[in-house]
Amino acid sequence: MTALLRAEGVAKAFGGVQALQDCTVEVEQGTIAGLIGPNGSGKTTLFNIMTGYERVDSGDVYLGDKKITNRPPQRVFALGIGRTFQLTRIFPRLTVLENMLIAAQHGGGRARNPLAKAGGNAERRRAIELLEFTGIADHAAALADTLSYGQRKLLELSYVLVADPAIVLLDEPAGGVNPSLIQHLAGRIRELNEAGKTFLIVEHNMDFVMSLCGHVTVLDYGTVVASGTPAIIRSDPRVLDAYLGITEEDDDASPG
Amino acid sequence: MSPRAENTVTPRAEGTVSVRAASTVIQRGGGALVVLAVLAVFPLAVSNATVTTIAVDTLIFAAAAVAWNIFSGYSGYISLGHAVFFGAGAYTVGIAARAWHLNGDPVFALLPLAGGVAAALSVPLGLIALRVRRHTFVVITIAFFFIAQLTATNLSWTGGSSGILAPSPNWAAATFNDPFYYIALALLVATTAASWLIRRSRFGLQLRAIRDDEDRAAGLGVRPMPVKLAAFVISAIVTGMAGGLWFYFIGQAIPQFAFDPLFDLSVVVMAFFGGLGTLSGPLLGALIIEPAQQWLTLQYTNEYLSEILLGALFLAVILGLPRGVIPTAAERIAALRARRRRAPAREAVPQAEQAGQPGRAGQAAP
Repeated sequence: MTALLRAEGVAKAFGGVQALQDCTVEVEQGTIAGLIGPNGSGKTTLFNIMTGYERVDSGDVYLGDKKITNRPPQRVFALGIGRTFQLTRIFPRLTVLENMLIAAQHGGGRARNPLAKAGGNAERRRAIELLEFTGIADHAAALADTLSYGQRKLLELSYVLVADPAIVLLDEPAGGVNPSLIQHLAGRIRELNEAGKTFLIVEHNMDFVMSLCGHVTVLDYGTVVASGTPAIIRSDPRVLDAYLGITEEDDDASPG
Repeated sequence: MSPRAENTVTPRAEGTVSVRAASTVIQRGGGALVVLAVLAVFPLAVSNATVTTIAVDTLIFAAAAVAWNIFSGYSGYISLGHAVFFGAGAYTVGIAARAWHLNGDPVFALLPLAGGVAAALSVPLGLIALRVRRHTFVVITIAFFFIAQLTATNLSWTGGSSGILAPSPNWAAATFNDPFYYIALALLVATTAASWLIRRSRFGLQLRAIRDDEDRAAGLGVRPMPVKLAAFVISAIVTGMAGGLWFYFIGQAIPQFAFDPLFDLSVVVMAFFGGLGTLSGPLLGALIIEPAQQWLTLQYTNEYLSEILLGALFLAVILGLPRGVIPTAAERIAALRARRRRAPAREAVPQAEQAGQPGRAGQAAP
């Protein structure tokens, strides 16, 4: 079976820093995959390359059979890769509903009348449904600026889902979010996955990753040091080494 | 079970929102009609030429401020070069009227041409300037402004430093200002309508998304360059028409007044004062600031007084009301209403909290 999303032998340097080298990561259709690694190991850089925000030095990115290396972000998004950012990027001076309608515009081609009211009834209904699903529909008319940090994460996930991407890349969805909201988020991701949505998640919260992901890839210094099921990753000495710098018999590899 | 619980709550909340939105739309529409009616009968009620002259000037600047806001307010790209389009419109009307020997009403027919010339200029300027953002963009627009002023001074067909004279129609003195007034009012109404239409549209949403986070908007399928350029051109067309009308009204164009840095400063202060990026903000700003400026200029022989006060006002707005009068007032009113709503609902809150707690915990569990 071919992977839905595959980065193959990707290398990227920022000046003298080799952020990624010969990095190959695959995400199978219909799975929740995890991407972990210490700070600076290249996780976000890989996300940026997969979504067109950075260009590769060498290597390729494929969506299904289609080569999407170095396509600009809007093309990548239109092809079906949605993403959220580590530092949540919402549109603070638009309402929550307006935030949802931005991504809703990419479908339908250019024939649409640009002066038509933003968001037809169907688009609005769909946006409200998604906000209900993520649990922030009560705030639909509020400025996005007024949302809490966790609600912003939910909004970003919601507006990415509006375009119904084939795969969603989440960059630290649980970072800085309170525990009950993390549980809520995990539940939503699992529910979406059961409905067929594929996920790739970068996250430092090990409980979150290990409970949610069927397959976990570990990056260190820009290369893949381990890859497998959570059970395998937990006990892999190379993972402990990557996180702790020394190999120890601790069975809990939580980051410092 | 939890999604269903949410479903029962949200439609009600959504309904309240839309009812409230509908009532504000009616209120605002009514308000706009009243303002329009007052503006329409104004010249019939007031015959003092000084007052109607200030009124015409105010309407022209209001149209320019609303047009500036369509681009700069919605997109967040602050242009300090719109005087280029204002001046280009002025010179277009002047040169065309001279070349075709036009006078009287037909000169007004040149206004679309003024808009067209401004649009033709705005495309290359926009393609250059819109590649950069924020302060760099501002500096480039200022550079365009100086290029335009120097060009007008140094070309022979623009009349050099002595500029160009407008045709002087032989209309009766008592109603001389009326044609200018109604053309300016029509321009202002059309521009405000365009601003309203754009703000609520798909196009306007894309502009405001670009204002908040251009790269993220691009990542969500918005194509920033065509969107920004379209707004820039629309804004330039109206500014050019306003410039053409202003020229015919004032009677002449010389480089330092047709391409006037104070024009840019004025429209910026008007928009910031009323509320950058709002529909009615620039309108309100223009209707207050322009008459005040004109009146001060007439009252005091020191012509710089109004400019000093304009600068002081700009500082005061930036320091005291950084978001402008309209958004600040709207926020105060909303807060007041919310407080009034909350007061009677307070008794119900403890119960809701007790009932809500286990519900939320249940919802959180996967």
